[in-house]
Amino acid sequence: MTAALALIRRDIALAFREGGAIGVALGFYLVVIAIAPFGLGPDLNLLSRVAPGLLWVALLLAALLSADRIFHNDYEDGTLDVLTMGPLPLPVVAASKSLAHWITTCVPLALLAPVLGLLLNLPIHTIPLLVLAMLAGTPAVSFIAGIGASLTLGLRRSGLLLALLVLPLYVPVLIFGVSTVSAAVTGPGSPWPPFLMLCAISLASMVLAPLAAAAALRTAFR
Amino acid sequence: MTFSLTHLANPTRFLNFAGAVIPSLAGLAVILLGAGLYLSFFVAPPDYQQGETVRIMFIHVPSAWLAMFAYVLIAISGLGTLIWRHPLADVSAKAAAPIGATFTFLALVTGSLWGKPMWGTYWVWDARLTSMLVLFLLYLGLIALWQAIEEPGRAGRAAAILALVGAVNIPIIKFSVNWWNTLHQPASVIRAGGPTIDSSLLTPLVVMALGFTVLFILLHLIAMRAEILRRRVRALQQTQVAQAALTGA
Repeated sequence: MTAALALIRRDIALAFREGGAIGVALGFYLVVIAIAPFGLGPDLNLLSRVAPGLLWVALLLAALLSADRIFHNDYEDGTLDVLTMGPLPLPVVAASKSLAHWITTCVPLALLAPVLGLLLNLPIHTIPLLVLAMLAGTPAVSFIAGIGASLTLGLRRSGLLLALLVLPLYVPVLIFGVSTVSAAVTGPGSPWPPFLMLCAISLASMVLAPLAAAAALRTAFR
Repeated sequence: MTFSLTHLANPTRFLNFAGAVIPSLAGLAVILLGAGLYLSFFVAPPDYQQGETVRIMFIHVPSAWLAMFAYVLIAISGLGTLIWRHPLADVSAKAAAPIGATFTFLALVTGSLWGKPMWGTYWVWDARLTSMLVLFLLYLGLIALWQAIEEPGRAGRAAAILALVGAVNIPIIKFSVNWWNTLHQPASVIRAGGPTIDSSLLTPLVVMALGFTVLFILLHLIAMRAEILRRRVRALQQTQVAQAALTGA
């Protein structure tokens, strides 16, 4: 447990001190949302209707941008070799690193989302729900990205391949995330059933994804 | 079953087996598909609602069924790779992926061509269409992963993990897409499942499904044979290079 906490703390410290990584993801998120109205037109009614979907899709893309680095740097400098041989079980290593990715990438993105929601004319009373849904759904994003990152470890064009492998698996997160927010914006129905499904998906992937990621890490080291 | 699978684990034995079976399978596929096509295009009556376009079903439904069958086969092969380390399991998965992707693509294209006269549009975001599209994307991901990893052993294990992750996800995706569709546009869920199929249409469909399945097994065996031979060539080239490096030095 202490070892896992130390690993998480180390990854967070690295992400913050390295600089750039978090800022780039946030900047990417801002840019994608900022260019969307040029494609869709400045009609505020339309924008508020599509805002939940746009915010979620852009969040997934921004989170994937840094996902191939979940294991990459440690693979390059040999830290991962040490971790695979250390006392910490490999699934716990994978879980800690995915959790660190969630804290350093997905949480900042979810906290930026309200500002971007205002740009898209998302009704103010739905914004707490938007942040809540994103915080509840993004653990699934980070943990599934962990599977993709471990499968593509050390490959050429790993970032693009990662997106191709992982984005189809995000369909459920996207559907329940968007329907939570749109239920509050346009109705009909209560936002809570999809929200609970979102929580269930996150919890299930937090348990299952590290096992798959650990198996994939072992294939990279054989 | 286990005995025969273990028995076939030896690639040479498998090659002999495949060589013996392929000609008769090919004959069977030609007969079944010929009979199926004749039945579907000349014998089956046009549907009272859908007219002649119902004949698209005879291609569309078997393709969709094989699209899913191939993924199940890949997932089971993935288990074979990871658990039993069956030497041919990852050959089988690798050979099945492009064939499965092709049948998925066929199902999507024929479905879209069928959708135009029936629904008035080539594409609707119907739950079933959408989950087939996601299945197609999963196939593309698998094929891309195989191509990206050069070492066949690692590629096989990585693809097996991805196939199993996909197999866990497919029911969730299917369920969530159903939810999504009914939430947004319940009116447009026009499903062909309404009227039960008459036997005059069912017989050609069954013959075509059998023909497609035999065709799939045939293509799968041929692709597996090609993959084994490709690996042998690769191994031979590697030994040649190693020998050249030894003697040339």
